[in-house]
Amino acid sequence: MTAPTAPTTIDSDEVFTVEAGGTTFELVCGLEVHAELATATKMFSGAPNRFGDEPNTNVDPVTLGLPGTLPVVNERAIELAIRFGLAVGAEIRPSVFARKNYFYPDMPKDFQISQYDQPIVVDGSIELPGGHVVGLERAHLEEDTGKSTHVGGDGRITGAEYSLVDYNRAGVPLLEIVSRPHVRTPEQARQYVAELRAVLVAAGVSDGKMEEGSLRVDANVSVRPVGTDALGTRCEIKNLNSLRSLGRAIEYEARRQADLIAAGERVEQQTRHWDEDSGRTSKMRSKEEADDYRYFPEPDLLPVTPDPAWIDAIGAALPPMPAARRRAVADAAGVVLPDETVALIVERGQDSQALDAITAGADAARVLVHVSQNLAGEGGASVAPDRLAALIALETSGALTATQAKAVLAEMVGSDATPEEIAAAKGFEAMDTGALEAMVDEVIAAHPDEWETFRTGDDKARGKLTGFFVGQVMRASRGQADGKAVTDLLRRRSGA
Amino acid sequence: MAERITRDDVAKVAQLARLALTDDELDTFTGQLAAVLEHAEDVAALDLADVAPTAHPLQLGNVLRPDVVGPTLDRDEVLAAAPSAEDGRFRVPTILGEAP
Repeated sequence: MTAPTAPTTIDSDEVFTVEAGGTTFELVCGLEVHAELATATKMFSGAPNRFGDEPNTNVDPVTLGLPGTLPVVNERAIELAIRFGLAVGAEIRPSVFARKNYFYPDMPKDFQISQYDQPIVVDGSIELPGGHVVGLERAHLEEDTGKSTHVGGDGRITGAEYSLVDYNRAGVPLLEIVSRPHVRTPEQARQYVAELRAVLVAAGVSDGKMEEGSLRVDANVSVRPVGTDALGTRCEIKNLNSLRSLGRAIEYEARRQADLIAAGERVEQQTRHWDEDSGRTSKMRSKEEADDYRYFPEPDLLPVTPDPAWIDAIGAALPPMPAARRRAVADAAGVVLPDETVALIVERGQDSQALDAITAGADAARVLVHVSQNLAGEGGASVAPDRLAALIALETSGALTATQAKAVLAEMVGSDATPEEIAAAKGFEAMDTGALEAMVDEVIAAHPDEWETFRTGDDKARGKLTGFFVGQVMRASRGQADGKAVTDLLRRRSGA
Repeated sequence: MAERITRDDVAKVAQLARLALTDDELDTFTGQLAAVLEHAEDVAALDLADVAPTAHPLQLGNVLRPDVVGPTLDRDEVLAAAPSAEDGRFRVPTILGEAP
């Protein structure tokens, strides 16, 4: 649920568009992410918050809504919500729990305790690895529902004969994170969820496992003609179980809505179900009005007003978030963001390794290459920063070529030998500059026509023939020559 | 003066609360709820600009419990109290459409 606000879209370098009936429509999308919190117990009682246990074993009287039971707020859940809020630069507000009333067997007490008009986290943002920034409207605490299994029919609720309910999940603390409609392409949606997940995991708020339902995503999708400002009617898409489903569903839904409008029809506000197999969305229900849930302040719970000193202490203990870590690596390496290599290094948690090697004096560009490409093995192979720096020093001085350095690095993982020792054992010897020059001259002399074209040709011809000459020198040197040194020599010889 | 609450409003709220009301009951509750709203209007007429909104009559807050696992119920005992159970789970009739 989302409290009514006046959403504003945001400029994006890229906007996904769909053509229909001669009109170009653009995508406007907001995402609601439910993250299960990494607590030991439930939101309002001491029953365990644990995935994968036998059905209905993690239930207590509060979970089952038995008469006379009263909820008590889990302090850890409040702390994790604050952690998340601070991690995304949001404001932490005094908050009030509310009852959301509805009758459905996944909630045995016939209402869900949530937060409505006074959520704990307000107004943050998430910076995507690609550079786009998505605003967050709010994040509020609530309790998860039980898990229903529909028996008979196609396994969905329509056509089922009856349902079986497991209340292990009922009452598990959830943080519902609501973005502003700032998502403008399916790719941004995927990046947003991946980045949000990285933030949740880095801050220790949630384990972020989509496959276990710890992270569940709903997409609010609408379209409007390019060049217009008013927001179109949106549909909420559910059952998005993977980043792949998310992107596909948004794309499908945007096309569906554009086609409807182009055909002169109206988009009805609906909740729709994504079917991964057919690649389509279908109507689950007409979107309910917030009034229908008859929200009112939960009389059994008091407001939560976190002490500012507590908030400060939580903030001080937060590790750096992925966006800050990307900036740190980019600054150290002198790279301009967005940068895919830097994003990859941070995503894999290799940033401290890269930073340490750069601090140890290694050439930054070579550090990024080695860490992102040559130390990307299973389990995150790593080499002590001073050793990586020593290897890169050999490469920078010309003692090893890039190819040789890669081979040496592969042996350094899990070995105590120095890069010099490994290089020597492999028979890698630095080619003396004089020897390399002689070799280049021999190759030039052997291919006078190619050399003439190289010397006088345009950039395209030169580029093509550079590859040819480097290849010849490599063959003559049995791979010992440094490609970059050869390229430099060729350029000098040609007088360029 | 416009009606504070209509019979249709009451019928809708009754439907949301899954209450089956007779026509006579609808009339009765429409009148009673109108009186409640009238009382609320008396409060709304007061100048409360200097009064902070209150979410709870108790002037307390931050009643929190430590995140420590407590006892759970025995599943067999729990399911024995249910009208129907299967496979360690509560068996419930299919609900057509979803909430609310």
